[in-house]
Amino acid sequence: MRAQFIFSEIGIGLRRNLTMTVAVILTVTISLTLAGAGWLLHKQVDVMKDFWYDKVEVTVFLCGTTSSSPNCAGKDVTQEQRDQLGRDLNSTPQVKEVFYESKADAYKRFQEQFKDSPDLVDNVSPDALPESFRVKLKDPEKFQIVASAFQDRPGVDSVQDLKKLLDPVFQVLGVFQKIAYIVGGLMLIAAIILISNTIRTAAFSRRRETGIMRLVGASNLYIQTPFLLEGAMAGLVGGIGACGLMALGKWYIVDDQLRPLVGFTEFIGWGEVFGTMPGILLAAVLMSAGASFFTLRRHLRV
Amino acid sequence: MIRLEKVSKSYPTSTRPALDGVDVDIEKGEFVFLVGSSGSGKSTFLRLLLKEEVPSSGHVYVAGKDLSRLSSWKVPALRRSIGCVFQDFRLLPNKTVHQNVAFALEVIGKPRSTIDKVVPEVLELVGLEGKALRMPDELSGGEQQRVAVARAFVNRPMILIADEPTGNLDPNTSVGIMKLLDRINRTGTTVVMATHDAAIVDSMRRRVVELSQGKVVRDQSRGVYGYGA
Repeated sequence: MRAQFIFSEIGIGLRRNLTMTVAVILTVTISLTLAGAGWLLHKQVDVMKDFWYDKVEVTVFLCGTTSSSPNCAGKDVTQEQRDQLGRDLNSTPQVKEVFYESKADAYKRFQEQFKDSPDLVDNVSPDALPESFRVKLKDPEKFQIVASAFQDRPGVDSVQDLKKLLDPVFQVLGVFQKIAYIVGGLMLIAAIILISNTIRTAAFSRRRETGIMRLVGASNLYIQTPFLLEGAMAGLVGGIGACGLMALGKWYIVDDQLRPLVGFTEFIGWGEVFGTMPGILLAAVLMSAGASFFTLRRHLRV
Repeated sequence: MIRLEKVSKSYPTSTRPALDGVDVDIEKGEFVFLVGSSGSGKSTFLRLLLKEEVPSSGHVYVAGKDLSRLSSWKVPALRRSIGCVFQDFRLLPNKTVHQNVAFALEVIGKPRSTIDKVVPEVLELVGLEGKALRMPDELSGGEQQRVAVARAFVNRPMILIADEPTGNLDPNTSVGIMKLLDRINRTGTTVVMATHDAAIVDSMRRRVVELSQGKVVRDQSRGVYGYGA
Protein backbone atom coordinates (compact mmCIF):
# COMPACT_ATOMS: atom_id res chain seq x y z
CA MET A 1 0.00 0.00 0.00
CA ARG A 2 2.71 2.41 1.05
CA ALA A 3 4.92 1.56 -1.92
CA GLN A 4 2.00 1.76 -4.31
CA PHE A 5 1.06 5.19 -2.96
CA ILE A 6 4.62 6.46 -3.29
CA PHE A 7 5.12 5.15 -6.81
CA SER A 8 1.86 6.60 -8.07
CA GLU A 9 2.89 9.97 -6.57
CA ILE A 10 6.27 9.78 -8.36
CA GLY A 11 4.63 8.96 -11.66
CA ILE A 12 2.19 11.84 -11.33
CA GLY A 13 4.98 14.23 -10.39
CA LEU A 14 7.31 13.27 -13.24
CA ARG A 15 4.55 13.47 -15.84
CA ARG A 16 3.24 16.79 -14.61
CA ASN A 17 6.69 18.24 -15.08
CA LEU A 18 7.63 16.44 -18.24
CA THR A 19 9.72 19.18 -19.89
CA MET A 20 11.67 19.84 -16.71
CA THR A 21 12.17 16.12 -16.19
CA VAL A 22 13.54 15.75 -19.72
CA ALA A 23 15.91 18.68 -19.11
CA VAL A 24 17.11 17.08 -15.88
CA ILE A 25 17.69 13.73 -17.55
CA LEU A 26 19.61 15.29 -20.45
CA THR A 27 21.88 17.44 -18.29
CA VAL A 28 22.59 14.56 -15.94
CA THR A 29 23.37 12.36 -18.93
CA ILE A 30 25.73 14.85 -20.55
CA SER A 31 27.52 15.88 -17.37
CA LEU A 32 28.13 12.31 -16.27
CA THR A 33 29.13 11.20 -19.77
CA LEU A 34 31.80 13.89 -19.78
CA ALA A 35 32.93 13.02 -16.27
CA GLY A 36 33.07 9.36 -17.32
CA ALA A 37 34.96 10.28 -20.50
CA GLY A 38 37.52 12.16 -18.41
CA TRP A 39 37.98 9.14 -16.23
CA LEU A 40 38.32 6.85 -19.27
CA LEU A 41 40.95 9.14 -20.81
CA HIS A 42 42.86 8.79 -17.57
CA LYS A 43 42.54 5.01 -17.92
CA GLN A 44 43.62 5.26 -21.56
CA VAL A 45 46.82 7.06 -20.54
CA ASP A 46 47.46 4.31 -17.99
CA VAL A 47 46.92 1.62 -20.62
CA MET A 48 49.25 3.37 -23.05
CA LYS A 49 51.92 3.82 -20.41
CA ASP A 50 51.72 0.16 -19.49
CA PHE A 51 51.94 -0.76 -23.14
CA TRP A 52 54.72 1.61 -24.09
CA TYR A 53 56.92 1.78 -21.04
CA ASP A 54 57.28 -1.94 -21.42
CA LYS A 55 58.60 -1.37 -24.91
CA VAL A 56 60.40 1.88 -24.44
CA GLU A 57 63.82 1.72 -25.94
CA VAL A 58 66.58 4.11 -26.69
CA THR A 59 67.65 4.04 -30.28
CA VAL A 60 71.27 4.84 -31.08
CA PHE A 61 71.23 5.71 -34.79
CA LEU A 62 74.55 5.13 -36.53
CA CYS A 63 76.11 7.32 -39.15
CA GLY A 64 75.25 6.81 -42.79
CA THR A 65 75.87 8.83 -45.92
CA THR A 66 72.52 10.54 -45.49
CA SER A 67 73.15 11.54 -41.86
CA SER A 68 72.99 15.24 -41.17
CA SER A 69 74.76 15.22 -37.82
CA PRO A 70 78.19 16.95 -37.83
CA ASN A 71 79.44 14.04 -35.74
CA CYS A 72 79.29 11.84 -38.84
CA ALA A 73 80.82 14.24 -41.35
CA GLY A 74 78.88 12.49 -44.12
CA LYS A 75 80.71 9.18 -43.69
CA ASP A 76 79.34 5.72 -42.94
CA VAL A 77 80.03 4.20 -39.56
CA THR A 78 83.04 1.87 -39.67
CA GLN A 79 82.93 -1.77 -38.65
CA GLU A 80 85.37 -0.97 -35.82
CA GLN A 81 83.19 1.84 -34.44
CA ARG A 82 80.14 -0.37 -34.67
CA ASP A 83 81.77 -3.22 -32.72
CA GLN A 84 83.13 -0.81 -30.11
CA LEU A 85 79.68 0.80 -29.58
CA GLY A 86 78.04 -2.60 -29.27
CA ARG A 87 80.54 -3.70 -26.64
CA ASP A 88 80.29 -0.44 -24.68
CA LEU A 89 76.48 -0.46 -24.69
CA ASN A 90 76.45 -4.00 -23.39
CA SER A 91 78.76 -3.07 -20.54
CA THR A 92 76.75 0.02 -19.51
CA PRO A 93 75.10 -0.80 -16.13
CA GLN A 94 71.71 0.87 -16.96
CA VAL A 95 71.26 -1.22 -20.09
CA LYS A 96 69.19 -4.37 -20.06
CA GLU A 97 69.42 -5.57 -23.64
CA VAL A 98 70.92 -4.41 -26.91
CA PHE A 99 69.73 -5.37 -30.39
CA TYR A 100 71.50 -4.42 -33.57
CA GLU A 101 69.28 -3.40 -36.45
CA SER A 102 70.93 -3.31 -39.88
CA LYS A 103 69.74 -1.17 -42.81
CA ALA A 104 68.03 -4.23 -44.26
CA ASP A 105 66.27 -4.95 -40.94
CA ALA A 106 65.19 -1.34 -40.68
CA TYR A 107 63.77 -1.43 -44.21
CA LYS A 108 61.87 -4.63 -43.46
CA ARG A 109 60.35 -3.09 -40.36
CA PHE A 110 59.50 0.03 -42.28
CA GLN A 111 57.77 -1.99 -44.99
CA GLU A 112 55.84 -3.85 -42.31
CA GLN A 113 54.83 -0.70 -40.46
CA PHE A 114 53.62 1.16 -43.53
CA LYS A 115 52.28 -1.74 -45.57
CA ASP A 116 49.01 0.19 -45.94
CA SER A 117 50.80 3.06 -47.73
CA PRO A 118 52.61 1.45 -50.69
CA ASP A 119 53.43 4.86 -52.19
CA LEU A 120 55.52 5.75 -49.17
CA VAL A 121 57.28 2.39 -49.21
CA ASP A 122 58.06 2.69 -52.92
CA ASN A 123 59.60 6.12 -52.43
CA VAL A 124 62.08 5.00 -49.80
CA SER A 125 65.09 3.02 -50.90
CA PRO A 126 66.46 0.32 -48.56
CA ASP A 127 69.62 2.38 -48.29
CA ALA A 128 67.93 5.50 -46.92
CA LEU A 129 67.13 4.06 -43.51
CA PRO A 130 69.86 4.25 -40.90
CA GLU A 131 71.22 1.26 -39.05
CA SER A 132 70.91 1.42 -35.28
CA PHE A 133 71.34 -0.16 -31.88
CA ARG A 134 68.05 -0.65 -30.08
CA VAL A 135 68.73 -0.46 -26.39
CA LYS A 136 66.38 -1.60 -23.66
CA LEU A 137 66.94 0.12 -20.36
CA LYS A 138 66.46 -1.35 -16.92
CA ASP A 139 64.69 1.85 -15.95
CA PRO A 140 63.17 3.88 -18.83
CA GLU A 141 63.58 7.08 -16.79
CA LYS A 142 67.38 6.73 -16.97
CA PHE A 143 67.44 7.65 -20.63
CA GLN A 144 69.47 10.83 -20.13
CA ILE A 145 72.52 8.99 -18.77
CA VAL A 146 72.74 6.70 -21.77
CA ALA A 147 72.05 9.48 -24.23
CA SER A 148 74.78 11.78 -22.95
CA ALA A 149 77.29 8.95 -22.79
CA PHE A 150 76.82 7.95 -26.42
CA GLN A 151 75.59 10.82 -28.53
CA ASP A 152 79.03 12.30 -29.25
CA ARG A 153 80.81 9.00 -29.78
CA PRO A 154 82.34 8.49 -33.22
CA GLY A 155 79.95 6.77 -35.58
CA VAL A 156 76.82 7.88 -33.71
CA ASP A 157 74.33 10.01 -35.63
CA SER A 158 71.85 10.64 -32.83
CA VAL A 159 70.28 9.04 -29.77
CA GLN A 160 66.53 8.99 -29.63
CA ASP A 161 64.22 8.10 -26.77
CA LEU A 162 60.82 6.71 -27.58
CA LYS A 163 59.48 8.11 -24.32
CA LYS A 164 60.29 11.60 -25.56
CA LEU A 165 58.13 10.98 -28.60
CA LEU A 166 55.26 9.73 -26.46
CA ASP A 167 55.20 12.58 -23.97
CA PRO A 168 53.39 15.03 -26.30
CA VAL A 169 50.73 12.38 -26.89
CA PHE A 170 50.21 12.02 -23.17
CA GLN A 171 50.09 15.79 -22.83
CA VAL A 172 47.38 16.08 -25.46
CA LEU A 173 45.37 13.34 -23.78
CA GLY A 174 45.87 15.16 -20.47
CA VAL A 175 44.43 18.35 -21.95
CA PHE A 176 41.41 16.46 -23.31
CA GLN A 177 40.93 14.94 -19.90
CA LYS A 178 40.98 18.34 -18.18
CA ILE A 179 38.51 19.76 -20.70
CA ALA A 180 36.18 16.81 -20.16
CA TYR A 181 36.34 17.28 -16.38
CA ILE A 182 35.78 21.04 -16.54
CA VAL A 183 32.87 20.91 -18.98
CA GLY A 184 31.46 17.90 -17.14
CA GLY A 185 31.74 19.79 -13.85
CA LEU A 186 29.92 22.84 -15.25
CA MET A 187 27.17 20.64 -16.64
CA LEU A 188 26.95 18.98 -13.25
CA ILE A 189 26.27 22.33 -11.62
CA ALA A 190 23.61 23.03 -14.24
CA ALA A 191 22.10 19.60 -13.58
CA ILE A 192 21.95 20.22 -9.83
CA ILE A 193 20.29 23.60 -10.30
CA LEU A 194 17.76 22.07 -12.69
CA ILE A 195 16.97 19.25 -10.29
CA SER A 196 16.51 21.74 -7.50
CA ASN A 197 14.14 23.79 -9.66
CA THR A 198 12.19 20.76 -10.77
CA ILE A 199 11.66 19.57 -7.23
CA ARG A 200 10.67 23.06 -6.15
CA THR A 201 8.07 23.23 -8.90
CA ALA A 202 6.85 19.77 -7.99
CA ALA A 203 6.55 20.71 -4.31
CA PHE A 204 4.69 23.87 -5.27
CA SER A 205 2.26 22.13 -7.60
CA ARG A 206 1.45 19.62 -4.89
CA ARG A 207 1.25 22.05 -1.98
CA ARG A 208 -2.45 21.26 -1.50
CA GLU A 209 -1.68 17.57 -0.97
CA THR A 210 1.37 18.18 1.19
CA GLY A 211 -0.57 20.75 3.24
CA ILE A 212 -3.24 18.18 4.03
CA MET A 213 -0.60 15.55 4.72
CA ARG A 214 0.99 17.85 7.27
CA LEU A 215 -2.34 18.58 8.93
CA VAL A 216 -3.36 14.98 9.33
CA GLY A 217 0.04 14.15 10.80
CA ALA A 218 1.97 12.41 8.02
CA SER A 219 5.63 12.12 8.91
CA ASN A 220 8.24 14.24 7.15
CA LEU A 221 9.67 11.11 5.61
CA TYR A 222 6.31 10.17 4.18
CA ILE A 223 5.76 13.63 2.73
CA GLN A 224 9.25 14.01 1.31
CA THR A 225 10.01 10.52 0.02
CA PRO A 226 7.97 10.84 -3.20
CA PHE A 227 9.86 14.04 -4.07
CA LEU A 228 13.23 12.54 -3.19
CA LEU A 229 12.52 9.45 -5.25
CA GLU A 230 11.26 11.63 -8.07
CA GLY A 231 14.62 13.38 -8.17
CA ALA A 232 16.54 10.15 -7.76
CA MET A 233 14.53 8.50 -10.50
CA ALA A 234 15.24 11.27 -13.01
CA GLY A 235 18.90 11.12 -11.98
CA LEU A 236 19.01 7.36 -12.41
CA VAL A 237 17.56 7.58 -15.92
CA GLY A 238 20.18 10.23 -16.70
CA GLY A 239 22.90 7.98 -15.28
CA ILE A 240 21.72 5.06 -17.40
CA GLY A 241 21.83 7.41 -20.39
CA ALA A 242 25.41 8.35 -19.53
CA CYS A 243 26.39 4.67 -19.29
CA GLY A 244 24.77 4.07 -22.66
CA LEU A 245 26.59 7.00 -24.27
CA MET A 246 29.90 5.81 -22.86
CA ALA A 247 29.39 2.30 -24.19
CA LEU A 248 28.42 3.81 -27.54
CA GLY A 249 31.52 5.99 -27.48
CA LYS A 250 33.77 3.02 -26.69
CA TRP A 251 32.15 0.96 -29.44
CA TYR A 252 32.01 3.65 -32.14
CA ILE A 253 34.85 6.10 -31.46
CA VAL A 254 37.44 3.76 -29.96
CA ASP A 255 36.78 0.40 -31.59
CA ASP A 256 35.26 1.46 -34.89
CA GLN A 257 37.15 4.65 -35.73
CA LEU A 258 40.38 4.97 -33.74
CA ARG A 259 41.59 1.39 -33.56
CA PRO A 260 41.91 0.83 -37.35
CA LEU A 261 43.39 4.32 -37.73
CA VAL A 262 45.96 4.28 -34.97
CA GLY A 263 47.74 0.95 -35.04
CA PHE A 264 50.63 1.67 -32.74
CA THR A 265 48.98 1.53 -29.37
CA GLU A 266 46.66 -0.40 -27.11
CA PHE A 267 43.21 0.98 -26.23
CA ILE A 268 41.01 0.70 -23.16
CA GLY A 269 38.89 -2.42 -23.13
CA TRP A 270 35.30 -3.05 -22.06
CA GLY A 271 36.55 -3.81 -18.56
CA GLU A 272 37.50 -0.19 -17.96
CA VAL A 273 34.21 1.07 -19.41
CA PHE A 274 32.06 -1.27 -17.32
CA GLY A 275 34.20 -0.46 -14.30
CA THR A 276 33.12 3.20 -14.36
CA MET A 277 29.40 2.44 -14.72
CA PRO A 278 28.51 1.62 -11.09
CA GLY A 279 30.24 4.81 -10.00
CA ILE A 280 28.34 6.85 -12.59
CA LEU A 281 24.97 5.38 -11.60
CA LEU A 282 25.71 5.94 -7.92
CA ALA A 283 26.82 9.52 -8.57
CA ALA A 284 23.66 10.16 -10.61
CA VAL A 285 21.33 8.92 -7.88
CA LEU A 286 23.18 10.51 -4.96
CA MET A 287 23.54 13.86 -6.68
CA SER A 288 19.87 14.12 -7.63
CA ALA A 289 18.56 12.78 -4.33
CA GLY A 290 20.93 15.15 -2.51
CA ALA A 291 19.84 18.16 -4.56
CA SER A 292 16.19 17.23 -3.95
CA PHE A 293 16.79 16.80 -0.24
CA PHE A 294 18.30 20.24 0.24
CA THR A 295 15.62 21.83 -1.93
CA LEU A 296 12.88 20.22 0.15
CA ARG A 297 14.43 21.40 3.39
CA ARG A 298 14.14 24.93 2.09
CA HIS A 299 10.84 24.82 0.24
CA LEU A 300 8.65 22.18 1.84
CA ARG A 301 7.86 23.43 5.30
CA VAL A 302 6.89 20.58 7.57
CA MET B 1 -6.95 18.67 27.47
CA ILE B 2 -5.80 22.10 26.19
CA ARG B 3 -4.14 24.68 28.38
CA LEU B 4 -2.57 27.99 27.42
CA GLU B 5 -0.46 29.66 30.14
CA LYS B 6 0.39 33.35 29.65
CA VAL B 7 0.81 32.75 25.97
CA SER B 8 2.00 35.65 23.82
CA LYS B 9 2.81 35.54 20.17
CA SER B 10 4.37 38.31 18.13
CA TYR B 11 5.07 38.16 14.44
CA PRO B 12 8.22 39.91 13.27
CA THR B 13 6.28 41.97 10.72
CA SER B 14 3.80 43.41 13.20
CA THR B 15 4.26 45.78 16.09
CA ARG B 16 1.19 44.57 18.00
CA PRO B 17 1.32 40.99 19.35
CA ALA B 18 -1.22 38.58 17.84
CA LEU B 19 -1.76 37.03 21.24
CA ASP B 20 -0.99 38.86 24.47
CA GLY B 21 -0.84 36.94 27.76
CA VAL B 22 -3.62 34.48 27.00
CA ASP B 23 -4.69 32.02 29.74
CA VAL B 24 -7.27 29.46 28.66
CA ASP B 25 -8.07 26.02 30.04
CA ILE B 26 -10.23 23.63 28.02
CA GLU B 27 -11.39 20.36 29.54
CA LYS B 28 -11.72 17.08 27.72
CA GLY B 29 -15.04 16.83 25.92
CA GLU B 30 -15.79 20.55 26.00
CA PHE B 31 -17.24 22.48 23.06
CA VAL B 32 -15.68 25.93 22.88
CA PHE B 33 -16.46 28.81 20.53
CA LEU B 34 -13.61 31.19 19.85
CA VAL B 35 -15.07 34.53 18.80
CA GLY B 36 -13.70 37.93 18.02
CA SER B 37 -13.23 40.26 15.08
CA SER B 38 -10.75 39.59 12.31
CA GLY B 39 -7.19 39.98 13.54
CA SER B 40 -8.16 39.31 17.14
CA GLY B 41 -5.86 36.27 17.28
CA LYS B 42 -8.27 33.37 16.70
CA SER B 43 -6.26 31.78 13.92
CA THR B 44 -2.99 32.18 15.81
CA PHE B 45 -4.66 30.47 18.79
CA LEU B 46 -5.58 27.47 16.62
CA ARG B 47 -2.19 27.32 14.90
CA LEU B 48 -0.44 27.18 18.25
CA LEU B 49 -2.41 24.04 19.15
CA LEU B 50 -1.05 22.31 16.03
CA LYS B 51 2.47 23.62 16.64
CA GLU B 52 2.33 25.33 13.29
CA GLU B 53 3.48 28.32 15.29
CA VAL B 54 5.41 28.42 18.53
CA PRO B 55 4.55 31.03 21.18
CA SER B 56 6.96 33.91 21.76
CA SER B 57 6.46 33.34 25.47
CA GLY B 58 4.29 31.16 27.70
CA HIS B 59 3.38 27.50 27.38
CA VAL B 60 0.84 25.55 25.36
CA TYR B 61 -0.21 22.15 26.67
CA VAL B 62 -2.14 19.69 24.55
CA ALA B 63 -3.16 16.34 26.07
CA GLY B 64 -0.77 16.97 28.95
CA LYS B 65 2.25 17.65 26.74
CA ASP B 66 4.15 20.92 26.71
CA LEU B 67 4.38 21.73 23.01
CA SER B 68 7.50 23.85 23.44
CA ARG B 69 9.28 20.71 24.63
CA LEU B 70 7.88 18.53 21.87
CA SER B 71 10.65 17.58 19.46
CA SER B 72 9.92 18.21 15.80
CA TRP B 73 9.74 14.52 14.90
CA LYS B 74 6.87 14.10 17.39
CA VAL B 75 4.81 16.88 15.82
CA PRO B 76 3.15 14.47 13.32
CA ALA B 77 1.96 12.34 16.26
CA LEU B 78 0.45 15.48 17.85
CA ARG B 79 -1.34 16.36 14.62
CA ARG B 80 -2.74 12.84 14.34
CA SER B 81 -4.57 13.47 17.61
CA ILE B 82 -6.11 16.70 16.28
CA GLY B 83 -8.56 16.90 13.38
CA CYS B 84 -8.92 20.12 11.39
CA VAL B 85 -11.78 21.66 9.40
CA PHE B 86 -11.48 24.92 7.49
CA GLN B 87 -13.73 27.50 5.91
CA ASP B 88 -12.48 26.57 2.42
CA PHE B 89 -12.90 22.77 2.90
CA ARG B 90 -9.43 21.99 1.46
CA LEU B 91 -10.46 18.86 -0.40
CA LEU B 92 -8.35 17.34 -3.18
CA PRO B 93 -10.30 18.10 -6.37
CA ASN B 94 -8.94 15.13 -8.32
CA LYS B 95 -9.98 12.52 -5.74
CA THR B 96 -13.41 11.10 -4.95
CA VAL B 97 -15.11 11.60 -1.60
CA HIS B 98 -13.92 8.17 -0.49
CA GLN B 99 -10.37 8.82 -1.69
CA ASN B 100 -10.27 12.21 0.03
CA VAL B 101 -11.14 10.67 3.37
CA ALA B 102 -8.93 7.63 2.78
CA PHE B 103 -6.00 9.93 1.93
CA ALA B 104 -5.80 11.09 5.54
CA LEU B 105 -5.31 7.50 6.64
CA GLU B 106 -3.06 6.41 3.76
CA VAL B 107 -0.51 9.10 4.46
CA ILE B 108 -0.15 8.08 8.08
CA GLY B 109 0.46 4.51 6.97
CA LYS B 110 -2.80 2.83 7.97
CA PRO B 111 -3.34 -0.57 6.31
CA ARG B 112 -5.78 -0.87 3.44
CA SER B 113 -8.08 -3.21 5.40
CA THR B 114 -8.56 -0.61 8.15
CA ILE B 115 -9.17 2.13 5.60
CA ASP B 116 -11.78 0.10 3.75
CA LYS B 117 -13.61 -0.49 7.02
CA VAL B 118 -13.55 2.93 8.69
CA VAL B 119 -14.05 5.25 5.69
CA PRO B 120 -17.62 4.03 4.91
CA GLU B 121 -18.40 4.23 8.65
CA VAL B 122 -17.36 7.85 8.95
CA LEU B 123 -19.09 8.78 5.68
CA GLU B 124 -22.29 7.35 7.15
CA LEU B 125 -21.70 9.31 10.36
CA VAL B 126 -21.52 12.61 8.44
CA GLY B 127 -24.54 11.68 6.31
CA LEU B 128 -22.80 11.07 3.00
CA GLU B 129 -23.56 7.38 2.54
CA GLY B 130 -24.02 6.68 -1.15
CA LYS B 131 -21.85 9.62 -2.23
CA ALA B 132 -18.47 7.93 -1.75
CA LEU B 133 -17.67 7.89 -5.47
CA ARG B 134 -18.63 11.52 -6.20
CA MET B 135 -15.99 14.14 -6.96
CA PRO B 136 -15.87 17.21 -4.69
CA ASP B 137 -17.05 19.59 -7.46
CA GLU B 138 -20.23 17.50 -7.86
CA LEU B 139 -21.22 18.24 -4.27
CA SER B 140 -22.86 21.24 -2.61
CA GLY B 141 -20.84 23.39 -0.21
CA GLY B 142 -22.47 21.77 2.79
CA GLU B 143 -21.70 18.30 1.48
CA GLN B 144 -18.08 19.26 0.78
CA GLN B 145 -17.74 20.49 4.34
CA ARG B 146 -19.16 17.16 5.54
CA VAL B 147 -16.41 15.41 3.59
CA ALA B 148 -13.86 17.66 5.29
CA VAL B 149 -15.35 16.83 8.69
CA ALA B 150 -15.24 13.14 7.82
CA ARG B 151 -11.59 13.45 6.89
CA ALA B 152 -10.81 15.30 10.11
CA PHE B 153 -12.64 12.79 12.24
CA VAL B 154 -11.83 9.50 10.47
CA ASN B 155 -8.76 8.90 12.64
CA ARG B 156 -10.88 9.52 15.80
CA PRO B 157 -8.84 12.46 17.10
CA MET B 158 -9.15 13.64 20.70
CA ILE B 159 -9.56 17.22 19.54
CA LEU B 160 -11.36 18.72 16.54
CA ILE B 161 -10.35 22.21 15.47
CA ALA B 162 -12.71 24.09 13.19
CA ASP B 163 -11.69 27.45 11.74
CA GLU B 164 -14.91 29.19 10.62
CA PRO B 165 -16.36 25.95 9.21
CA THR B 166 -19.67 27.65 8.32
CA GLY B 167 -18.09 30.77 6.82
CA ASN B 168 -18.89 29.73 3.25
CA LEU B 169 -22.29 28.18 3.92
CA ASP B 170 -25.84 29.47 4.04
CA PRO B 171 -27.62 29.47 7.44
CA ASN B 172 -29.63 26.28 6.90
CA THR B 173 -26.59 24.31 5.74
CA SER B 174 -24.61 25.76 8.64
CA VAL B 175 -27.12 24.34 11.10
CA GLY B 176 -26.56 20.91 9.57
CA ILE B 177 -22.80 21.20 10.00
CA MET B 178 -23.23 22.41 13.59
CA LYS B 179 -25.45 19.40 14.37
CA LEU B 180 -22.69 17.20 12.97
CA LEU B 181 -20.01 18.88 15.11
CA ASP B 182 -22.31 18.57 18.11
CA ARG B 183 -22.71 14.85 17.45
CA ILE B 184 -18.93 14.46 17.19
CA ASN B 185 -18.57 16.40 20.46
CA ARG B 186 -20.96 13.97 22.14
CA THR B 187 -18.60 11.09 21.32
CA GLY B 188 -16.17 12.70 23.77
CA THR B 189 -14.15 14.71 21.26
CA THR B 190 -13.09 18.16 22.39
CA VAL B 191 -14.18 20.74 19.80
CA VAL B 192 -12.65 24.20 19.42
CA MET B 193 -14.38 26.31 16.79
CA ALA B 194 -13.45 29.79 15.67
CA THR B 195 -16.45 31.61 14.20
CA HIS B 196 -18.07 34.88 13.24
CA ASP B 197 -21.53 33.37 13.10
CA ALA B 198 -23.53 35.01 15.91
CA ALA B 199 -26.71 33.04 15.22
CA ILE B 200 -24.91 29.74 15.65
CA VAL B 201 -23.14 30.74 18.85
CA ASP B 202 -26.37 32.09 20.32
CA SER B 203 -28.36 28.98 19.46
CA MET B 204 -25.80 26.46 20.71
CA ARG B 205 -25.29 28.01 24.14
CA ARG B 206 -21.84 26.60 24.70
CA ARG B 207 -18.72 28.04 26.25
CA VAL B 208 -17.55 31.22 24.50
CA VAL B 209 -14.02 32.64 24.62
CA GLU B 210 -13.81 36.10 23.10
CA LEU B 211 -10.52 37.51 21.93
CA SER B 212 -9.86 41.15 21.22
CA GLN B 213 -6.50 42.49 20.14
CA GLY B 214 -4.85 39.29 21.31
CA LYS B 215 -6.37 39.32 24.79
CA VAL B 216 -9.13 37.19 26.29
CA VAL B 217 -11.87 39.72 27.05
CA ARG B 218 -14.62 37.24 27.90
CA ASP B 219 -14.80 33.58 28.85
CA GLN B 220 -18.25 32.33 29.82
CA SER B 221 -19.92 28.98 29.80
CA ARG B 222 -23.24 28.79 27.93
CA GLY B 223 -22.44 32.16 26.38
CA VAL B 224 -23.71 34.17 23.45
CA TYR B 225 -21.86 35.82 20.59
CA GLY B 226 -21.94 39.13 22.43
CA TYR B 227 -22.04 41.99 19.95
CA GLY B 228 -24.52 44.46 21.42
CA ALA B 229 -25.32 42.05 24.22
